[in-house]
Amino acid sequence: MSLLEIENLSLAIGDTPILKGVELSVAPGEVMGLVGESGSGKSMTALTVMQLLPFAARATGRVTFDGIDILAASEDQMCALRGDDIGMVFQEPMTALNPVKTIGEQVAEGIRWHTRSSRAEAEDRARKMLDRVGLPAALFPLSRYPHELSGGQRQRVVIAIACALKPKLLIADEPTTALDVVLQAQILDLLRDLVVENRMGLLLISHDLAVVTEMADRITILRHGEVMEAGDTARTLSEQLHPYTRQLAQASMHVPARPRVHEAGQGKPLLQVEGVTRDYPGRRMSLFKRATAVRAVDDVSLSIAPGQSVALVGRSGCGKSTLARMILALDRSTSGTIRFRGETITGKSEAELKPARRDMQVVFQDPYGSFDPRQKVEKLVAEPLHVLDKKPAPAERREMVAHALHEVGLGPRDMDKYPHEFSGGQRQRLSIARAIITRPKLVVADEPVSALDVSIRAQILDLFAELNQKLGIAYLFITHDLTVARAITDEVLVMHDGRIVERGKTSEVLDHPQSEAAKALVAAAPDLHRAIARRLQEQG
Amino acid sequence: MTAYLLKRLIIALATLVLASMVVFAVLEIIPGDPARLMLGLNASADQVEVLRNQMGLNAPLAIRYLHWAGGLLSLDFGRSYTYSVPVIDLVRERIVVSLPLALIALALSTIIAIPVGLYSASRRGRAGDAIAMGATQFGVAVPNFWFALMLIYLFAVWLRLVPAGGFPGWSAGVWPALKSLLLPAVALALPQAAILARVARSALIEVLNEDYIRTARAKGLPYRAVLWRHALRNAMIPVLTILGLQFAFLLAGTIIIENVFYLPGLGRLVFQAITQRDLIVVESVVMLLVAAVIAVNLIVDLSYAVVDPRLRSRQ
Repeated sequence: MSLLEIENLSLAIGDTPILKGVELSVAPGEVMGLVGESGSGKSMTALTVMQLLPFAARATGRVTFDGIDILAASEDQMCALRGDDIGMVFQEPMTALNPVKTIGEQVAEGIRWHTRSSRAEAEDRARKMLDRVGLPAALFPLSRYPHELSGGQRQRVVIAIACALKPKLLIADEPTTALDVVLQAQILDLLRDLVVENRMGLLLISHDLAVVTEMADRITILRHGEVMEAGDTARTLSEQLHPYTRQLAQASMHVPARPRVHEAGQGKPLLQVEGVTRDYPGRRMSLFKRATAVRAVDDVSLSIAPGQSVALVGRSGCGKSTLARMILALDRSTSGTIRFRGETITGKSEAELKPARRDMQVVFQDPYGSFDPRQKVEKLVAEPLHVLDKKPAPAERREMVAHALHEVGLGPRDMDKYPHEFSGGQRQRLSIARAIITRPKLVVADEPVSALDVSIRAQILDLFAELNQKLGIAYLFITHDLTVARAITDEVLVMHDGRIVERGKTSEVLDHPQSEAAKALVAAAPDLHRAIARRLQEQG
Repeated sequence: MTAYLLKRLIIALATLVLASMVVFAVLEIIPGDPARLMLGLNASADQVEVLRNQMGLNAPLAIRYLHWAGGLLSLDFGRSYTYSVPVIDLVRERIVVSLPLALIALALSTIIAIPVGLYSASRRGRAGDAIAMGATQFGVAVPNFWFALMLIYLFAVWLRLVPAGGFPGWSAGVWPALKSLLLPAVALALPQAAILARVARSALIEVLNEDYIRTARAKGLPYRAVLWRHALRNAMIPVLTILGLQFAFLLAGTIIIENVFYLPGLGRLVFQAITQRDLIVVESVVMLLVAAVIAVNLIVDLSYAVVDPRLRSRQ
């Protein structure tokens, strides 16, 4: 018998339909993968099971958990279920914990509430649970506050809260999306172990087909609130009978065509970084001792040729973004020199940097956060033009913006719109248009596709490839996602603890990593082909 | 934590010194010679000069400042020009009225505002919220002396529960004294509570949208428990800021209410001193209020750190 049974579930918020006739079931000890792009209704399905829907949402159909009719259950009944029989883990570990309460209080709270046990007993159980999720007492006493933990550690605390009372069902909504690949692999392992240990049902929600394939026994594919296909994971993904399934699978493995490959050593290098180090003042431990500095970037050298596409990969906190900021002259290096087009840019004044700024631009990760919501596209895209020596006339400026928009696949009419009128993928196109309007020689892209859905990601990668081929722009891609590195770069630099520990041709490094750091990254990176093959093998 | 505390303390002291210089300087600049004022219009220039020398008004500015500031430290505020008694006595007499009044009003304001804010935030957009916010809008818009008059009419004139004004002094017993402070405190507290409730509501609404509220609900806590245990403490920072500002206002800005209720408070003392050019009283009371405000701000800063552990470890 199923533990969770969702039948013909429809959901509307106000007049907007969100879910249409969703069918889904999870058995004890089973991992059910729920896959779909953003806005497909994955999270709403999960929140329906928890009955934590927004105020205006109305659900119809049938949701049965362990014999209880969820849609008809009272709030008191739901409170008894939540956190006891059903646990939930959320996407964003950085904000999922209350900043003013210790992790011990937060884990013990649910235990005390449901079991009516004493504080000491609940804390004892909380301690055991934190040990279980890999936060040992010596390093992570109950008195720690969330801000003293990293993202991966916080996600472990959230899992400890959700699993403290050994729930029958755990709902994990994009539990690893905000984490780097190595942490992701660790968290997924932990979830898998908890499923086996307690015969817990797991509803794993993700946009990442590879992650779900590695984890789930069965898979449900959701699009626009409707189930497209559902069934055994290996079979569904190897046969790819439904066109949407095929589309998703192809998009997540997409490699853009780039016939011309630029290699290092052709002519003068565009960018040379020599022995660059960046120290940050550390935290002072005592009033009388000097704080020891934290070395974010440690003696890094690299060079990029014109038109070359280079990936800088590494785990979060390895110093890759700090390095990128110094290359963009947004941060000063403690020592070392950076030369761009043969000229030193380290230690230059803002006025002296102007010509260099014209030739290097940046694309950020978050297409939502990188635009002023109250300005029109024309102004936003034209922003970098102030670094030109001669300010273009208004008509000329419009012309340039229209041209840049055309190059990224948008129309001239989009110029008079505001950012909120665009989808996530379109917004990332806008930030690329903004980056190429000055005809730069180098674009630094910091996780440019990690916030995007797979099909949009494929399109944006195509766009990057096309601009590289057409305009000869060199790229420095900063990413922890090896699929992106593989898809779009010629060379890869692996960064670990502020140092570059391995470099070489992308395919060689990723297929035959030598350093520990690179090996860990490659081993942890989810890979759809590999995952399907392994599943099929397991099933014979 | 110690570093945070130390830094706040140094900032507070520096502010106090700076403020004392400003207060001293401003009163030096404004026209009006206290010696002439004390002697009356008919006094001769010689007589005025003699008195100026006696009062030390002819000494260099810096010396007079140091003399004055040194006096403040030893609670010697000098003698009032008009009353010819030590200023400290005047202040002492008045502060036993003003301080309890401010504290009662502050307590009332908090007791009213926090539940209203919680109620409104938890039923945002519904009828209860609309009614509560309408009431606070009214409270913000209506001046406190109008409330005062209404309260006097209702409770003193009509119901005859409390005196309509005046202060019997603490020597008359704690209860009669408190009773005469009750209406003014309510009149002062209502508009303050209205502002505070609105601040609490918007801070709570912001907090209620945070991810950790969802985490708390996913634990199985009922909404009310989530509100009290998780939302309220996180919403305290803006509430504490406003509370600090309100206390400063309640201590010094109660002149209208003191007049309505015939209360011998600090506000009336300053008002009278200004009209009589009793500079030394003005200076002293202003400095006292400045010190009180700085002390309250220091307390607010420290309570931030109590509320939010992130402030304790960051420096």
